[in-house]
Amino acid sequence: MNLKLQKIIPQLITVLVVVLVFGFFTYNAQINMENRGIDFGYGFLSQESSFDVQFSLIEYDGSHSYFRAYLVGLLNTILVSVIGIIIATILGVIVGVARLSPNYLINQFAAFYVEFFRNIPLLLQIFFWYFAALRALPLPQDADAMLGVFFLTIKGLYVPAFVWENLNVFLYSIIAAIIAIVVIRIHARKVQETQGKQLPVFWISVGLIFILPLLSFLIGGVSLSFEIPKLKQLAATSFKYEGGLSLPPELIALTLSLALYTATFIAECVRAGIQGVGKGQKEAAASIGLNPNQVLKLVVMPQALRIIIPPTTNQYLNLTKNSSLAAAIAYPDLVLVFAGTALMQTGKAIEIVSITMLTYLSLSISISILMNWYNKKIAIKEK
Amino acid sequence: MFKYLKQLTSLVAMVAVLFTFTTETMAAKKSKTLKNTQKKGFVRCGVSQGLPGFSNADAAGNWTGIDVDVCRAVAAAVLGDANKVKFTPLSAKERFTALTSGEIDILSRNTTWTLSRDADIGLTFVGVNFYDGQGFMVRKSSGITSTSQFKDGISACTNIGTTTELNMRDFFNSKGISYEPVAFEKADEVVAAYDAGRCDTYTTDKSGLAAQRTKMSNPDEHIVLPETVSKEPLGPVVRQGDSVWEDIVRWSLNAMIEAEEYGITSANADSMKTSDNPAVKRLVGAEGELGAAFGLDNEWSLRIIKQVGNYGESYKRNIADTGILPDRGPNELWTKGGILYVPPAR
Repeated sequence: MNLKLQKIIPQLITVLVVVLVFGFFTYNAQINMENRGIDFGYGFLSQESSFDVQFSLIEYDGSHSYFRAYLVGLLNTILVSVIGIIIATILGVIVGVARLSPNYLINQFAAFYVEFFRNIPLLLQIFFWYFAALRALPLPQDADAMLGVFFLTIKGLYVPAFVWENLNVFLYSIIAAIIAIVVIRIHARKVQETQGKQLPVFWISVGLIFILPLLSFLIGGVSLSFEIPKLKQLAATSFKYEGGLSLPPELIALTLSLALYTATFIAECVRAGIQGVGKGQKEAAASIGLNPNQVLKLVVMPQALRIIIPPTTNQYLNLTKNSSLAAAIAYPDLVLVFAGTALMQTGKAIEIVSITMLTYLSLSISISILMNWYNKKIAIKEK
Repeated sequence: MFKYLKQLTSLVAMVAVLFTFTTETMAAKKSKTLKNTQKKGFVRCGVSQGLPGFSNADAAGNWTGIDVDVCRAVAAAVLGDANKVKFTPLSAKERFTALTSGEIDILSRNTTWTLSRDADIGLTFVGVNFYDGQGFMVRKSSGITSTSQFKDGISACTNIGTTTELNMRDFFNSKGISYEPVAFEKADEVVAAYDAGRCDTYTTDKSGLAAQRTKMSNPDEHIVLPETVSKEPLGPVVRQGDSVWEDIVRWSLNAMIEAEEYGITSANADSMKTSDNPAVKRLVGAEGELGAAFGLDNEWSLRIIKQVGNYGESYKRNIADTGILPDRGPNELWTKGGILYVPPAR
């Protein structure tokens, strides 16, 4: 009993101190706000925002509410984070493997890349990519078409837009293909475990993913055409492209700099993971007759991933949080739209900053939960 | 006899108590902000991060501009020395929080006076030191000479957190033109992006356009369109709830404007003490007890005029002579066709 008490008391005191400190600041903030005649409340979220945003994934203009402006910012933050994480992961894995290449040129190049990009402050890199790109890219009227349909200009990257007919049929065909592949894989594993036979699962999968969507075009009534961007004149020397999809240069510069920066850290995680697998493991795998591909897939990677995943999770979190530097180059992310313009127009500093903090916290925790789940899945399952 | 003496002493004591009470209230009348400022020995002033003519620091860190002069005037009135100001450069986004949280005591940063800012967020605007309006800048080579030539899809660079963003929407909506807003956090980046060709037009207050044009790689390639699309009265702001401090800042600005009206300059202020005009004599502290109302001495306005100059001198030094806006336009005195009109100091 006494021992139990001894354990609990320090914890109680800690909790009490935390609560008191938090309470002190809340109380102080309340008093100060009252003294200065500032109201506290979240009612402003339903008011009309009356400002426009350059780039939005959902329908939005100034006649919508501040809450909708918040969603616009949040989605833009998620967009840049997701694209950034995908590119950073692919690039990171390639560079990480390249650093272990026996080829001198390749491994030195990879090492140079890592050392160069991870040692320059991210904000500088964002400025560099944005303003260097702005200076280097042609004006819309001077841009040469890439492959006849892509236009990379100072006002953004213009790409043809897909114009679908019966898009839903096409999507169903893809979903059907995926379900079929999963079923076949499960069946193949069973066959292998019971009969020791290996089915050509890979080729069957490739076949399905191509043939089913192809059928949807041939008999499902799906058709696809492209809307190619066209040059439009605004004034004597000012032009833009119309039609198609346009990606603002801010999005491109931000994604590029976030991905290039974070990829260096992921590359190091990957290198550590691969080097962390004992040499004996590979030799043992080879000695039981696995081919090099199988050695990598069945022996090295499952063990390397256990080392790679936890630090890579950190990098994903960093990338997401670093995306808030977007405000510097006018990419309308959560910080620029909500903690920037909306905060200024309403003056609700405490409310908006608290919402923004909670949002980043939730984003980070979601990524953590996802990665922890994956980590658990690949962890050693001791029986 | 002793009886009376006793009564007399109690009367004296009562008077003494009453007297200390009144001096106590006089001292209490000195606002908290004023007291803190006098204790610190400098005025804490929030300015822009660099807008030529309004608030701009040179290489040595000396601030100049008409917004800077408002703070310098307050320092001259309150502390006796116009140089006792600590300037804090603030972005558009930070400015109000810095003021309401007490980091600065005056915000003099080309800030537009609007109803919601005045009423909503714990601020009080004390006056207008520059009447401005939002305009558009375009490249000369574009051939655009009026906003009526704007076409659908035009991209416009601006700063976030300003009335500009709202006016821009109102303007383009009323004309039925679709546009792409590109909003940056800092003015320098807006200029850099517009200069590089990211945007077809750059929009902000016209004074800002004129000032930022001087920062472009080739100022002559750009023109400011003639249309003014909004009212932008810019002026100093203080925290709500300290009416004495509010009055000090308001009347420091008013004194500069009225001094110009009566022809009192930094050069002739001392000799004006013997003027025949009582209004002039009041303004240079030779008549009346105007300073006492804010707990200051009587020469507060004289020091402003001597150390900072009148409004006209400040405008000429900061805005006209630097080539930003040589023509005073609406910022001329009401007696000379402008709209600068301040209540009388009496």
